Amino acid sequence: MRSSRWFDLLVQAGAVLLALLFTTLVLLASNAPPLEAFWNILIGSVGSWGKFSDVLISWVPLLLVTAGLLITFTAGLWNIGIEGQITLGAIFTTWMLRTLQDSGWNPALIIGLSILAGMAGGALWAALAGALKTFGGVNEIFGGLGLNFVATALNLWLIFGPWKRPGVASMSGTVPFDESLSLPALSGSRLSLYAVAIAVVAILVVYFLLKGTYFGLRLKAVGKNAKAAYLLGLPTWQYILISFVICGLFAGMAGAVQVTSVYHRLIPSISSGYGFLGLLVAMLINYQPVWAAPVALFFAALNIGSIQLPVVLKLDSTLAGVLQGTLVLFVLLADGVRQKFVRKPDPHTSTGSVHRSNPLPEREKGEKV
Amino acid sequence: MNVDILLISLAGVLTAAAPVLFAVIGETFSERAGVINLSMNGTILLTAMGGFAVALATDNIVLGFLAGMLIGALVAALVAFASITLKQSQVAVGFILALLCRDLSYFLGNPIMGESGPRLSAVPIPFLSEMPVLGPLFFKQDAITYLSFILIAAAWTFIFRTRPGLMLQGIGERPAAAFVRGANVNRMRYFYTILGGALIGLAGPIYSLSIKAGWKGTISGLDGIGWIALSITIFGGWNPARAAFGAYLFALLQWLGLVLQPLLPGVPSQVLQVAPFPLMILTLLFVNIGNAEWVERTLAGLPEPVRRAIAKILRALRATPPAALGVPFETE
Repeated sequence: MRSSRWFDLLVQAGAVLLALLFTTLVLLASNAPPLEAFWNILIGSVGSWGKFSDVLISWVPLLLVTAGLLITFTAGLWNIGIEGQITLGAIFTTWMLRTLQDSGWNPALIIGLSILAGMAGGALWAALAGALKTFGGVNEIFGGLGLNFVATALNLWLIFGPWKRPGVASMSGTVPFDESLSLPALSGSRLSLYAVAIAVVAILVVYFLLKGTYFGLRLKAVGKNAKAAYLLGLPTWQYILISFVICGLFAGMAGAVQVTSVYHRLIPSISSGYGFLGLLVAMLINYQPVWAAPVALFFAALNIGSIQLPVVLKLDSTLAGVLQGTLVLFVLLADGVRQKFVRKPDPHTSTGSVHRSNPLPEREKGEKV
Repeated sequence: MNVDILLISLAGVLTAAAPVLFAVIGETFSERAGVINLSMNGTILLTAMGGFAVALATDNIVLGFLAGMLIGALVAALVAFASITLKQSQVAVGFILALLCRDLSYFLGNPIMGESGPRLSAVPIPFLSEMPVLGPLFFKQDAITYLSFILIAAAWTFIFRTRPGLMLQGIGERPAAAFVRGANVNRMRYFYTILGGALIGLAGPIYSLSIKAGWKGTISGLDGIGWIALSITIFGGWNPARAAFGAYLFALLQWLGLVLQPLLPGVPSQVLQVAPFPLMILTLLFVNIGNAEWVERTLAGLPEPVRRAIAKILRALRATPPAALGVPFETE
């Protein structure tokens, strides 16, 4: 069977249906009316302009981290330390805002410098994970996880220590900054078009970088087969470090947006899980930048839509996470099933093309011995 | 500090390390066979919730632990199916399941949040518990902590001193050679991944039925344990004895964090609780740095006695992962 585009689409639609079915079963298991729950998510995300602007607010950081992660995934790296990179971005942004808030400078300049500082913070933390990998031999997953914990600790220490509110420190974060130091928002809303513009530009930059430059092509070579790329003369460790740094810049930007446009201060859970969610988005879109914006929007809508579930239906709002997780899981499984049972080397097609279309050539390294 | 209080605290450290130990040794089995089960953080949360729910409904602690093992085994089976049969990325499937199981546990556990259920009690061993020092330290624990002591020895003996254990090392190091020797590599990988999952699945109920009895949703404080256990597996160099040392070290550091709290009034408690993590990264760095090429080159340039001393230290710390870890096996 020639696997046509339509067939692939059918398999993916099947996976989505299965994910919905699974989530429905989970809802039934907890004695909840499934249709009402889904309806509430829909109304809670696009039911009014206010809700939808909330969706856009959470779309911005999610799209930013997804954009960054597309770079590290292209280089074959699992940047699980992205949560810490967002946190460091937020910390550096807060630090710059605190330093300059009484300087009397133009607020636009202060905000701009703070966002740049946030990007530097994210890049620094990412470079650390990259250095641990390239120079220390520490796998980026484990180094990144450790750095996430360190970033959380640093954040808590700042909020409860040097940057605590006058009087008593609390989980509600540092003292909010003056309104003039936030990214300008639309009147009557918390949504900032500047933040949306930053995210859109970011994903366009990543799309261009990966699809239209030699850098993107070389990065892909490193990701597909680092050893072969190295033998062909690419300094792989430099590409690995650079891809970490670029991803960190975007993650830091997400942290900066959280501080300057969403919370206006530093809070303990400033990364809000966007880093891990971004990893899911990147996997779901099979690392193709074209789909990043719509899928991130959909995930953001699920997050916002489920906020009112505890109030209306006495359900936990993690239903959004269940739906997102099953969606990615079933799409991945369906892809595996399709490759296993459909794309078997067909005796009627020339064998050469089948082998060349193998999506993961690096697997062959398992055959050493 | 009073000696008796100190002994009781140290006994508490041994108890607190038990769930981490089960998780780490379970993961060690899985990774020895060549499969990374990255879902651990979610599995521990889901089994903590599931084990507590079953124990609550049946008023039977043993059924709670069995439910945990079953859930852990099922999640591991899914990782095995996706990676071995469907040839998808182990890391991707594991990571998705880590998040999915976490959210599932919070969602499904919502109705039983805060309820009080059965709790495992300590079983002092007659005579042995009367011994000075050793008695209060080792022999006034609960059943599952005794089991954790036995597990360390059993797992070590199995992996390094038995024939099936040798085969297990083989399918993780040189699957093709093991295959030629008649091992059904993929079937064994399924077996050890599921076995490891069942062990990881014990960790959750140990928390919800003993150490932090009950299910408290997001404030249970269990989110993150699985990621730590994953780092300890590497720290342990895929050796149950060394992994046990890592688990105890971690529990000790966390206890020290609590004890030192009053001495360091400027440092908030949340910071001391995460203090072990930077230390964990540092140790990971030392464990791995011996594998880096530039270290060998730098060492070669040092004077002989210095070089030999450093090389010795690095070799003692060094841990090399199973060669075929994360690599699918095909027979063509």
